[in-house]
Amino acid sequence: MANKTHNFFISNNDGNFEQCLKCSICTVYCPVSAVDPLFPGPKQAGPDGERYRLKNPDFYDESLKLCLNCKRCEVACPHDVRIGDIIQRARLQHSPHKPGIRARLLASTDLVGRWATRLSPAINTAISLKSSKEFGHQMLGIHKHYDFPTYARQTFVKWFEKNALPQQGGFEKKVVYFHGCHVNYNDPAPGMALVRVMNKLGYGVELIDDEKCCGNPFMANGMPQRALQLAFRNMNSLRQIANKGLEVITTSSTCTFTIRDEYKFVLGLDNADIRDKVSLATRFIFKKLEDEELELPPVRPDFKIRIAYHTACHMEKLGWAFYSANLLRQIPGVELVMLDSLCCGMAGTYGFKTENFERSQKIGQPLFNAIKEANVDAVVTDCEMCHSQIAMSTGMKVLHPIEILDMAFS
Amino acid sequence: MGKKIQNYDVVVIGGGITGAGVARDCAMRGLRVVLLEAFDITHGATGRNHGLMHSGARYVMSDPENAKECIRENRILRRIARHCVEETDGLFVSLPDDDLDYQRRFIKACLKAGISAEELAPDEALAIESSVNPKLIGAVRVPDAAIDPFRLTIANVLDAQMHGATVLTNHRVTGILVESGTVAGVEAESKDGKFTFLAPVVVNAAGAWCQQIASLAGVTINMFPARGALLIFGHRVNHMVINRCRKPSNGDILVPDDIVCVLGTTSNRVPIEEIDNTCVTAQEVDLLLQEGVKLVPSLERTRILRAYAGVRPLVALGEDDSGRNISRGIVLFDHKERDGLDGFITITGGKIMTYRLMAQKATDLVCRKLGVTAVCATATRPLPGSEPVAEPDDDEEVENTMSFAHRAALGRHGTRVEMISEDKPEQRALVCECEHVSHGEVNYAIKELKADSMEKLRRRTRLGMGTCQGKMCACRAASLFSQADGDVERHVSDLKMFLNERWKGIRPIAWGSALSEAQLSAMTYQSLCGIDRINYSSPTDSDKQ
Repeated sequence: MANKTHNFFISNNDGNFEQCLKCSICTVYCPVSAVDPLFPGPKQAGPDGERYRLKNPDFYDESLKLCLNCKRCEVACPHDVRIGDIIQRARLQHSPHKPGIRARLLASTDLVGRWATRLSPAINTAISLKSSKEFGHQMLGIHKHYDFPTYARQTFVKWFEKNALPQQGGFEKKVVYFHGCHVNYNDPAPGMALVRVMNKLGYGVELIDDEKCCGNPFMANGMPQRALQLAFRNMNSLRQIANKGLEVITTSSTCTFTIRDEYKFVLGLDNADIRDKVSLATRFIFKKLEDEELELPPVRPDFKIRIAYHTACHMEKLGWAFYSANLLRQIPGVELVMLDSLCCGMAGTYGFKTENFERSQKIGQPLFNAIKEANVDAVVTDCEMCHSQIAMSTGMKVLHPIEILDMAFS
Repeated sequence: MGKKIQNYDVVVIGGGITGAGVARDCAMRGLRVVLLEAFDITHGATGRNHGLMHSGARYVMSDPENAKECIRENRILRRIARHCVEETDGLFVSLPDDDLDYQRRFIKACLKAGISAEELAPDEALAIESSVNPKLIGAVRVPDAAIDPFRLTIANVLDAQMHGATVLTNHRVTGILVESGTVAGVEAESKDGKFTFLAPVVVNAAGAWCQQIASLAGVTINMFPARGALLIFGHRVNHMVINRCRKPSNGDILVPDDIVCVLGTTSNRVPIEEIDNTCVTAQEVDLLLQEGVKLVPSLERTRILRAYAGVRPLVALGEDDSGRNISRGIVLFDHKERDGLDGFITITGGKIMTYRLMAQKATDLVCRKLGVTAVCATATRPLPGSEPVAEPDDDEEVENTMSFAHRAALGRHGTRVEMISEDKPEQRALVCECEHVSHGEVNYAIKELKADSMEKLRRRTRLGMGTCQGKMCACRAASLFSQADGDVERHVSDLKMFLNERWKGIRPIAWGSALSEAQLSAMTYQSLCGIDRINYSSPTDSDKQ
């Protein structure tokens, strides 16, 4: 259960911002600074601003809301300053605005998803209607040009229980799958693919009894206390799994990144015991192949696909695009174009918001252009929100790496 | 500068807080006054101290009279220098090594001197100031505060100028004119040549340099200069002034100043020949840290920006120079009575806290000598920047229309922030990113505060005083100066001097991130820009480049 006395902003204030040498490389790599002069840039919003906020919280600046939390500044930083975390924590700590309906709606992926999947045909029709888009635009601040993700008719969990659960007992080796909200409510395809692929590789798949939203949307929408509650629940579940000696695999780069790094650096929790038990499925498989604990199953002889791999921001931060891309390269028939690592501009729920839509599109433009020029059959990415943005903005088919594996092995 | 000989009622020597205060007081009483400063406003001890606005509590045990002066002036400064003061309150903390009996006597003495002193239980103290050593055994809350000596002095200078005073920096006094036992004026020189300032009264407010100035008039003053070293930390660790509740000693005060905090100080007598040496030694740094960490443990992990030292202008009274008879109080010499030299006054000793009272006493004497009856009004009239403002109906909205840099500048210039234009995007652009000094603020300092060099700009805006110690802003500021007057050669050499001065303060604490920062700075300016090899012979050369 959530520890009510945990004070997320006092904990872990280790003065990391003082390592900043003011070199400004972070600002060069910031996707927002590149398109919006009103954003003060990671250095100023982060370590520079932090000094002022420590003097007086009134120095909190609303322009910090423009930050995508992409963490590309942290990747660029030569001195290990957790710039993105500083900004994220400042927003959670100092923003004077209480989260409104939109923030609650966008953040509550779990709650909204549970209801929306039950009513999915109606909901999907409703959210695609011009009039309801106009309503969302005017009343909620969700941009009308954005295609809101549709909801699945059946949740992934329901599908799993009905179609996959009975076979899982037949495997000696087991992994636990943290599916995340998007797979469960919006797009179960990567989840279904994962179960098939892991079974092909000789692993039975289990789900987590009490899987909760990782909490990232709550952090992004100003609800740290809710994020904390979810984090405590998830960490509790993950500990039990770790105690059983099982590993947890995922298909969402952001959920993974949140559990591994945001729990610690943004929420100030001690996740050291579970951090390394959670891994992206592609990394898990790649490592097993490398250690020769696994062999790839035979691939369909007619399998041929030209794909472009897009490195999601949190994949860049995790440093794991290597695993996904190199796993795909090992599949006969896959021709892989590695796109330059650029932000798509979506950043979770950022791009939905009316005030961000244009900026979000501008940020993604160089990536969209590169995709159009790549001349591929599909774009592959580990992030569900990049998927959504790229699909909408380029009209391309977007797939998860595990779906490519699934296609190749079937 | 024009005329080589000028007439005034009074010449004030020294552009520290004392001289600035005297110039203001004299000007407000209608005297024609010129202030001469060899370097820049706040060059000496005024710019090299804690920025602590004493409640007087630190002196209650040793010098209750001094303490009473402090608390009176403390209340006055809160009114007249609002924008220079941050009302933080202070804690006197007893650690396990300290004696709670001392704390009891301390509280008694405070109350007797009229200083409010509220005893706090350790957990109460930690609740209001979390940075303090959690092992504390007792704490007392007193009305200490933080005061910015740069702002305070600049505001006094501005007010003096508004009342007609002439303030000349970079004017070194080279001689004092004496005619038949009476002072007639002073001689001074600047880069524009030699000048004579005729006046029937000369006030020596040269701080640690009082002895040299007095010697020009043939008068002997035995200064007892005491050096104090201090450390600046990269951000605010504490929100209240923190003192150790014991007999004043080394490294037992931590003051929050703007967005940094300052730990001090040491106290060592230095020979008069060494008062210009402000380098800090490794031993001083070690001593300060060793004591400071006991008071606030997190200082151990906090980045230090620089170390600096100032020289307290203490005076050996009478002919005694043994050091036994040293005053920390205000010293006012009427040299007519003391040495038979009429028209010459020395005002020294004291502290920033009591500068206004020092100025009042000196100006009263000036007025007696000139037969002027005007009374002192400095205790009631607010300084420029601290004028009362009508509370806006919806202050949040007003705040939000200001840029971050403008809000930072509001703290530096008070109500005068209105004079900083930020209408155009280039005026909003930052010159100093660490301290959020905008292009508009630099222009304001150049135009209104007479900043014509990097050091002057720094004292007037905080430019270059932040984490990177001038790495990012120094070249930008030099460029703005060059654009303003076209004198590229002077500004390049000024830039070098400024960077060297920054390094001087970093060197004693050059480890960890501060050292990395300095290396990056050296690489940027020396290797990348080749600053040591830049040689502008004429503006046309620079145009070609």
